[in-house]
Amino acid sequence: MLEFAFMQRAFAAAVVIGVVCGALGFFVVLRRLAFIGVGISHSAIGGVAIGIVAGLPPLATGAVFAVAVALGIAAVRRRGALSEDAVIGVFFSGSMALGVVLFSLQRGYQQDLFGYLFGDVLAISNGELLTLAAGGAAAVTALALAFRPLFFIAFDEEIAQAYGQPVGALNTALLVLLAVTIVIGVRLVGAILIEALLVIPAASAALWAAGWRAQLAISTGLGAASGVLGLALAFALDLAAGASIVLVSTGLFFVSLALRGRGPT
Amino acid sequence: MVRFEDVSIERGGVPVLEGISFSLRAGHFLGVVGPNGAGKTTLLRAMLGLVPITAGRIEVFGARPGMAPTGVGYVPQRQAIAPTFPATVRDIVMMGRLRGLGLLQRARAEDQEAVARSLARVGMHEHAARPIGRLSGGEQRRALLAQALCASQQLLVLDEPTIGLDLPAEQAFYELLRSLEDELGLTVIAVSHDLVALAAEADELICINRTMHVHGNPGEVVHSHALREAYRCEFNFIAGELAHHERIGGDR
Repeated sequence: MLEFAFMQRAFAAAVVIGVVCGALGFFVVLRRLAFIGVGISHSAIGGVAIGIVAGLPPLATGAVFAVAVALGIAAVRRRGALSEDAVIGVFFSGSMALGVVLFSLQRGYQQDLFGYLFGDVLAISNGELLTLAAGGAAAVTALALAFRPLFFIAFDEEIAQAYGQPVGALNTALLVLLAVTIVIGVRLVGAILIEALLVIPAASAALWAAGWRAQLAISTGLGAASGVLGLALAFALDLAAGASIVLVSTGLFFVSLALRGRGPT
Repeated sequence: MVRFEDVSIERGGVPVLEGISFSLRAGHFLGVVGPNGAGKTTLLRAMLGLVPITAGRIEVFGARPGMAPTGVGYVPQRQAIAPTFPATVRDIVMMGRLRGLGLLQRARAEDQEAVARSLARVGMHEHAARPIGRLSGGEQRRALLAQALCASQQLLVLDEPTIGLDLPAEQAFYELLRSLEDELGLTVIAVSHDLVALAAEADELICINRTMHVHGNPGEVVHSHALREAYRCEFNFIAGELAHHERIGGDR
């Protein structure tokens, strides 16, 4: 299958997105950001649709829109009048509905919409792959630079703030990073399923290792392995690529649970 | 070292603290007591620069809260650490050194030494490689104390440091604190709901309930009418228990 250029690009994209999602997923699981991730990923559809209707690059408008939604959720949450899940529910459903309405204005919208909802990694172009690689490298670099303070905040926000860490700015930066990573991953598995790559490898890693270094390494490894094995499975059995990647990742989680259900010793 | 001058704090337009004034000398242990909702934690958080004040002035080492060149060690009130939190005791204690580390900068030899020293001081050096979430409540509290010592060896701010601990663990914690005060000349400000224990340990007590009710040495404060007024109830201290605490703290 590697003789096909489209498969080479798909494998490369799967590895990049698997690594980035595995690394960021460490914080998504640790800080219980899974639902906010779902909210942002579904909101991205609204931004992608704006790009298509306006004739702008859909991933770029999707990224800007997802970042705006992430910041909006953070701002409303800070005011404290509503619970976080209610705020996310409002942004998530409103943005997605906007996306579906905008897609419906386009002729042949179903194919486009399905590509963004469930992924279309086999159709990825060289230019898109380069964009993914650059975005992925930027996300991993940002995460590495801010890792210590982010980890401190995950342990205890108040102590971190008392010791001079810019907690508000770093929390916002983490949400922006999450939004960018989600948009990068939309081409691989789609807006509906990208959350799986942010949660499942990191959750599996937490069953294998007690320390953050090992959890990060296992999470990124499982993210990349899920992408490669899922794509190979999809090619061999003529299945949907994005869903196959998520199913492999889920399978690896249940293997981890069966072998290490009590967690690391 | 720490000075509050007529400090008032409001939250959502509602006064939480009003006209609080006191000063704390270096090497002293100040206990802060008061009923639930009296503003004790708010007072500590204001001192750390975590909540804004609406009037008055706070100085910590002669600077505004959070701006002091010398760090302040802080142990907040908190529940047990999640058993799955993926950090060792050493990782947690190292967080106390983060202020001095730049982005991507690895811990320096002096940071590693400071962590080892702090762990040894609280008797946790043998637990350095253990996951923090798997320690007992008392051990976790000692690890957080080591983290605070890594941040500052001059001023410690403790919010309900013994909450959730059984009596032996509470006594062990205060014994450790006393030995650290003697060894390092630490200044300590601690909030606790346990008036008897704090009265036995502290050099001075203040009792607040939105406003300052009484400030003095523990013996004066626990027998004062102002204390009863702040709590709006009568106290019936068990003489033996108070005497026991006084005996433990008697060599201070």
